[in-house]
Amino acid sequence: MDMRVRALESLLVEKGYVDPKALDLLVETYETKVGPHNGARVVAKAWADAHYRKWLLDDATAAIASLGYTGRQGEHMVALENTARVHNMVVCTLCSCYPWPVLGLPPVWYKAAPYRARAVIDPRGVLADFGVALPDDVEIRVWDSTAEIRYLVLPERPPETDGWTEEQLSTLVTRDSMIGTSVPQAPPQTPQERP
Amino acid sequence: MNGVHDMGGLQNFGPVLPEQHEPPFHHEWERRAFGLTLAMAGAGMWNLDQARAARESLPPAQYLASSYYQVWLDGLSKLMLERGLVTSEELADGRLCEPPARTRGVLTAERVALALARGNSTQRALAGSARYAVGDAVRTRVLHPQSHTRLPRYCRGKRGTVAMVHGAHVFADANARGAGDEAQWLYTVRFAASELWGLDTTAAAVHVDCWEPYLKGY
Repeated sequence: MDMRVRALESLLVEKGYVDPKALDLLVETYETKVGPHNGARVVAKAWADAHYRKWLLDDATAAIASLGYTGRQGEHMVALENTARVHNMVVCTLCSCYPWPVLGLPPVWYKAAPYRARAVIDPRGVLADFGVALPDDVEIRVWDSTAEIRYLVLPERPPETDGWTEEQLSTLVTRDSMIGTSVPQAPPQTPQERP
Repeated sequence: MNGVHDMGGLQNFGPVLPEQHEPPFHHEWERRAFGLTLAMAGAGMWNLDQARAARESLPPAQYLASSYYQVWLDGLSKLMLERGLVTSEELADGRLCEPPARTRGVLTAERVALALARGNSTQRALAGSARYAVGDAVRTRVLHPQSHTRLPRYCRGKRGTVAMVHGAHVFADANARGAGDEAQWLYTVRFAASELWGLDTTAAAVHVDCWEPYLKGY
């Protein structure tokens, strides 16, 4: 594959269709700049700031743009609020639609057949593959990204995080918790708090 | 098109296999395949829905056996061949044989940051008002077009409830045919999981984004 793609790249550059510097910049952007740390900042702010939380749930595109995350594959954002009774999970059964500005590029499993096939019919089975078991009375809502609306799950804030700064909170927000295949873990207890 | 890309509800694919600390790319060729796909989109010779349609219409066995960036590369090759940007001989040995074709533009390095930050909004102004409102009962139509559609097979002919109205958006089915935007009202429709799967589901509800032509009232 390496040879084939290298040959294709040099052909397209030679034809004048592709600016090689643009190509490097595209790769660099999604490899080093855009990633789930962006979404973690959005979630942490929503956990810490009730006004921002409301804005995010009312108009996610604007609330997320206010932190500087806009553009390709995130033009129309909707935030989905997890509660003690509702858990949301996002999938694209038809291809690989994913909110790039907040989560970066999707992981291989998100684009692969097992997840795309099963999320809409057996989300608890999917959660089990991630080692997550939710109580039976939690309602699981699945969101299939069939148009250009992109979904971001707003997970529940873990307990015992009172007084944490947004920066500290953001360390608890995982990529998978913003897709809905996981939940953020409560921080480990400090030794003196253990019984 | 009823293709193998439309995977919702298929069974026997095995478990989901998350990878700890997964990098954005696993091989150098994946980096370049990703970059080439985005860079060539900047040539303006196809739209996003045509790119999706090209990937979906790869031979089914090939689609299923390929990694996702392989699918992207094969889709890209198909689009470039169809539009005469490259020849099959050039693709086979990577050597330039024909002079370049005219494109609508080149994505230059100077324009990358702005192009990514701006994105491509699919929302359009549309006269009139949406036929349905939040809370309305709707039923999806039974459609099996040979061409590109974004209405998955698992939710055709099903009863649901409008959960969100998103305004009018570029209609993927028309855009993929090169028929222009043909903006249509876009809704998020909530389906009770039992409507889709009977008792054989662990979901409570599945939401699907549906343009108005996918829906009828009942």
